Amino acid sequence: MGADIAFWIFAVIAVIAALGVVAQRNLFRAALLLVLSFFAVAGIYGSLSADFMAVAQVLVYMGAISVLIIFGVMLTKDVQRGNSFNRAWPSALVVCAALMGLLVFVFIDTDWNTDMVQTGATIAEDKPTTSAIADAIFDKDAGFLLPLEIGAALILAAVIGAIALVKDK
Amino acid sequence: MMTIPDVVTQAPLASWQLWDSALDSGWAIDNFWAHLALFAVGIIGFVLMVVMGFIWYERRLISVMQLRIGPNRAGPFGLLQPVADAIKVMLKEDIVPTVADKWVHFLAPIVVFVPVLLMFAVIPIHEGVGLIPDLNIGILFIVAVGSIETVAVFMAGYGSNNKYALVGAMRSVAQMVSYEMPMAFAVIAVVMVAGTLSMQGIVQAQSIPFALLLPMAFIFYFTCALAELQRTPFDLLEAESEIIAGYHIEYSGMKFATFYLGEYGGAIAQCAIITTLFLGGWKGPILPPVLWFMIKLFTMFGVIVWIRAAWPRVRIDQLMGFAWKYMLPLSLINLLVVAIEVIILDGDAIRWWLVPVNFAITIGLMTAWAGMFKIGGGSESA
Repeated sequence: MGADIAFWIFAVIAVIAALGVVAQRNLFRAALLLVLSFFAVAGIYGSLSADFMAVAQVLVYMGAISVLIIFGVMLTKDVQRGNSFNRAWPSALVVCAALMGLLVFVFIDTDWNTDMVQTGATIAEDKPTTSAIADAIFDKDAGFLLPLEIGAALILAAVIGAIALVKDK
Repeated sequence: MMTIPDVVTQAPLASWQLWDSALDSGWAIDNFWAHLALFAVGIIGFVLMVVMGFIWYERRLISVMQLRIGPNRAGPFGLLQPVADAIKVMLKEDIVPTVADKWVHFLAPIVVFVPVLLMFAVIPIHEGVGLIPDLNIGILFIVAVGSIETVAVFMAGYGSNNKYALVGAMRSVAQMVSYEMPMAFAVIAVVMVAGTLSMQGIVQAQSIPFALLLPMAFIFYFTCALAELQRTPFDLLEAESEIIAGYHIEYSGMKFATFYLGEYGGAIAQCAIITTLFLGGWKGPILPPVLWFMIKLFTMFGVIVWIRAAWPRVRIDQLMGFAWKYMLPLSLINLLVVAIEVIILDGDAIRWWLVPVNFAITIGLMTAWAGMFKIGGGSESA
């Protein structure tokens, strides 16, 4: 019950903040609203008993990604002119609507493996999720160790590439 | 139908049982909101009291080190000086620059102070006592909440619409982001040896204080904590002689006091984390656990003050070079060494004979790495 209420509060905050990011003219405030939206998403994870995901969301998005975005805002040339609003907005709206439709379709179509909850045998959501996530990723047979390592190598390559691009000749 | 998360339902229960067994059921609390209210008020009170204690302690200690007397007029030994300061700062006028971004300017001090208070929700001062007595992801929670500070500093710097504030904020963000990484690696080393993310679990695991078992992680965490706290020798972002006061230059009155509180609250939090992770937390012989915790807390802060009295401020290129060229590679190597030890000893790396081994590895690696290059070394770019 309490978690339901918390979920809806955070959901409303997330949506309003996300709309504010688009509508807000002041670029810096838009970035801060994005941070608020990230925080609300972390709250949603928390209300759904995904403790590790909630903390990881705060650490990665609020602590790191947001700083990156704000730094990006600072380095933008036309930061004084504010959030840009031009004739491309109808096409952007179409693309965003299509993307949202695709996401909703995927969410509905995916089998989320809710058997456990439906049969009432075990309610998985009451346990700490950290070790369950670790098992799912690092399991020797059914894990995702190789994709994870490939992802890490890709990020490393991107970092080196970025340094090579901006380095003084 | 969703159920209330584990952390929320279990927290009051666990503490209820403990209070029950420890103190007789007279004034124990099994109601969630009562528990929340009690500990929220308790944490705020604790932080405010210890902040005043820390301010007095720092001023007295540094005056001893500088061969002067320090504040000694208000109350016995000047003990009431922080109270007088607090009253003075509350009575001052609150000035908001006309060109400032009002909302961001208003929110920044709050966003600085709230994460500091949140950290105390999981810091253990006694077995099973706290707002969330035993959060299973405790240390991760602390690291995550601590990273919000960066955004707050940026809000203050940008919202003030002042070039010195912005320069200070930029410096501080660059510094915090750089030093967050070796800090996280030091924490991971502790977590690997302890085998748990829970703060209580880490305290319980320390039959040997991890400061002895993992000396390099301890040294690096302490250095990074100084950088995160913007204390000497890493206090570039409020370097009075260069940029006046950094990001909080445009703040006055109660808002400035909130920044000050956030700074010293952060110092308490970092000292408490070091105490928990490396010095055995509330553990100790004879004396009660809470007293041991406070002794370790004030000792750590004493070391920080000592460093402030003894060391000059570093240059910005030295600061960044030290983080990226020295601490980051060494902390990665340290992580590898600890991982190998944990695997070889089959998950139980808390052994006495590892202490001299790890000390030898630490001294060897740090000396070897220091000989490989110079940071700054008189040149303009590191």
